[in-house]
Amino acid sequence: MASIDDSATVIRVRGLSKRFGTTVAVDALDLDVRPREVYGFLGPNGSGKSTTLRMLCGLLHPSSGEIEVLGHHLPKDAEGLKRHLGYMTQSFSLYRDLSVNENLTFLAAVHGLPRKRAHQRIEELLNRYWLAELRHQLAGTLSGGQKQRLALAGAVLHEPDLLLLDEPTSAVDPQSRREFWESLFELADAGTTILVSTHYMDEAERCTRLAILDRGRLVADDSPQRLMEALPGRPLLVECDRPRQAQQVLEGQPGVIALAQIGAALRMLVEDVEYENPLSERLRTAGIEARLVSGTANLEDVFVAATRQPRQSAGEAS
Amino acid sequence: MKLQRLLAIVLKELRQLRRDRLTFAMIVGIPVMQLVLFGYAINLDVRQLDAAVLDQADTARSRELVAQIEATQVLTLRYRVSTPQEVNDLMRRGKISVALILPTDFEARLERGDRPALQLVVDGSDQVVQAAARQLARFPVPDAAGWTQQVTPIEVVNFYNPERRAPINTVPGLIGVILTMTMVLFTAIALVRERENGNLEMLIATPVSPWELTLGKVLPFVGIGLVQVTVVLLLGKWLFAVPVRGSLLELYLAALVFILASLSLGIFLSTLARSQFQAMQLAFFTFLPQILLSGFMFPFAGMPKVAQWLAELLPLTHFLRLVRGIMLRDASLFELWPALAALGIFTLVMLSVAVMRTHKRLD
Repeated sequence: MASIDDSATVIRVRGLSKRFGTTVAVDALDLDVRPREVYGFLGPNGSGKSTTLRMLCGLLHPSSGEIEVLGHHLPKDAEGLKRHLGYMTQSFSLYRDLSVNENLTFLAAVHGLPRKRAHQRIEELLNRYWLAELRHQLAGTLSGGQKQRLALAGAVLHEPDLLLLDEPTSAVDPQSRREFWESLFELADAGTTILVSTHYMDEAERCTRLAILDRGRLVADDSPQRLMEALPGRPLLVECDRPRQAQQVLEGQPGVIALAQIGAALRMLVEDVEYENPLSERLRTAGIEARLVSGTANLEDVFVAATRQPRQSAGEAS
Repeated sequence: MKLQRLLAIVLKELRQLRRDRLTFAMIVGIPVMQLVLFGYAINLDVRQLDAAVLDQADTARSRELVAQIEATQVLTLRYRVSTPQEVNDLMRRGKISVALILPTDFEARLERGDRPALQLVVDGSDQVVQAAARQLARFPVPDAAGWTQQVTPIEVVNFYNPERRAPINTVPGLIGVILTMTMVLFTAIALVRERENGNLEMLIATPVSPWELTLGKVLPFVGIGLVQVTVVLLLGKWLFAVPVRGSLLELYLAALVFILASLSLGIFLSTLARSQFQAMQLAFFTFLPQILLSGFMFPFAGMPKVAQWLAELLPLTHFLRLVRGIMLRDASLFELWPALAALGIFTLVMLSVAVMRTHKRLD
């Protein structure tokens, strides 16, 4: 339980599990998040991202396992943590029938900010997140991107040391997403540790460290760069004039991990180099003229490779 | 319209209904409860009104007459008193709703037949009791054959509402009904709305405690409730000349305690409901028995014992006793302490159950 030996970790999780009835939402998770990291949670829907985030801020009780966040043991000391924690929910959870200003004033009071400090801080945030002109508008009438900037302002109003964001960009346009991520890096620079869940590859790639979750289990955990370098398979581009047919031929062949049509070409992830020749042979016998070019690994390859393993073993078991 | 599509929709609705266990329970529960309770409870024949007898004559004939009236079961003689002052006290405190007064010259009056032989004093703050009194007034007094049409043997004296004006009976009760409706419904909905809109998930991650949240949301309603009381009182006075005979301060105190009881019921309901719609359903579920059993609409005295016990559990029953006592009979809160205590206990029980059911978590 002592945190002296790894005082540099903001979040330390060991063997964390959460069961809802018979379903296991989070399964024996280990996690270490260091200060100022922008730590990403990547995973499909239902992989346990939200459940994990909710346990990390004390909203849910874990079924088993240890959680230590900013030196507070959860769920025992959840209240002590709350002053140092910012949480941005997946769906907009501020009051739609209050104005931008009223929402922030309410939150400032909830966090016990002195009146003068609150006023100062709200002005600062309104300007930083381009909300100054919208201050008297009702939150419910804001656009997706504006709502999300307001939610971020609300989550960092009390200057938390740790910011948890649950799929913050799922309802906003690409421009707003880019701006939003700029804001996150700004916060990280200022000393905030950030844990953000997403299912966008481009967002995951921007994280300093990435955990890939699949059905409640942690299947990969490293920096995006190292994850791509350590990709177990090999990405190949199949250049041919009939990519649809090529995909049908290659589907289910030994060594093929994933296939996806990218424009006129077919992108294929294979387990190893040795499968390359048999696969082009297979295409030739099917009467498809194709050229296999080796591609550069991207995060989607990592994701597909990482989330594939359990599915396959489950298939073999049955 | 296609039958297949229609059936598919019906099936889907039934499926959803089956999963919404609370609504399902209420669909079955409401008719069963109404039938059982109100089928027995709503009984306009008033029986066994609590009564006192002041027999100043105390002769064989007077005792016989009292025994005969008692045998009709319209009255239950709870007190035998010796002064008119005691009759006044008992009635003001709500201990009795009827008093029989037999004057010292009871026998002489019976002989002469020129003045009513006995008085039936009635608590006019309850309109049901008035009806019962009229029924009793037609009781055939023996040995009074020589009565003229003009003079009846029994004289009904209507305390507190001599003109038998309906607003005097309904307006005080209406305060309770209006408060019940708004306090319970609005608090339950307001509290559930927070959860339904996802605001709660955001708030849980802040230092707000669940009781700060609940209290903060409920306190404005205390003010709203007191404003409603004022509006009804003023309109009652201007439009119907309904008096406030007791202390105005004590009336507001009683209303405040009742508001707290209703709010605590609303808070409790909000811990059961998962959506605003369910909160509304639950509020109406508690609203109906309060209206029907409290004595606002139907006579409390006419209900069977079981229904009366149930009515004792409802805050409106006790508030009606308080508000009628203070407004119409000039009773003091001190004299009406059992009703006040009942409201206090109700509030404490509801709040405790609600506390036990409230977690600052999502699971």
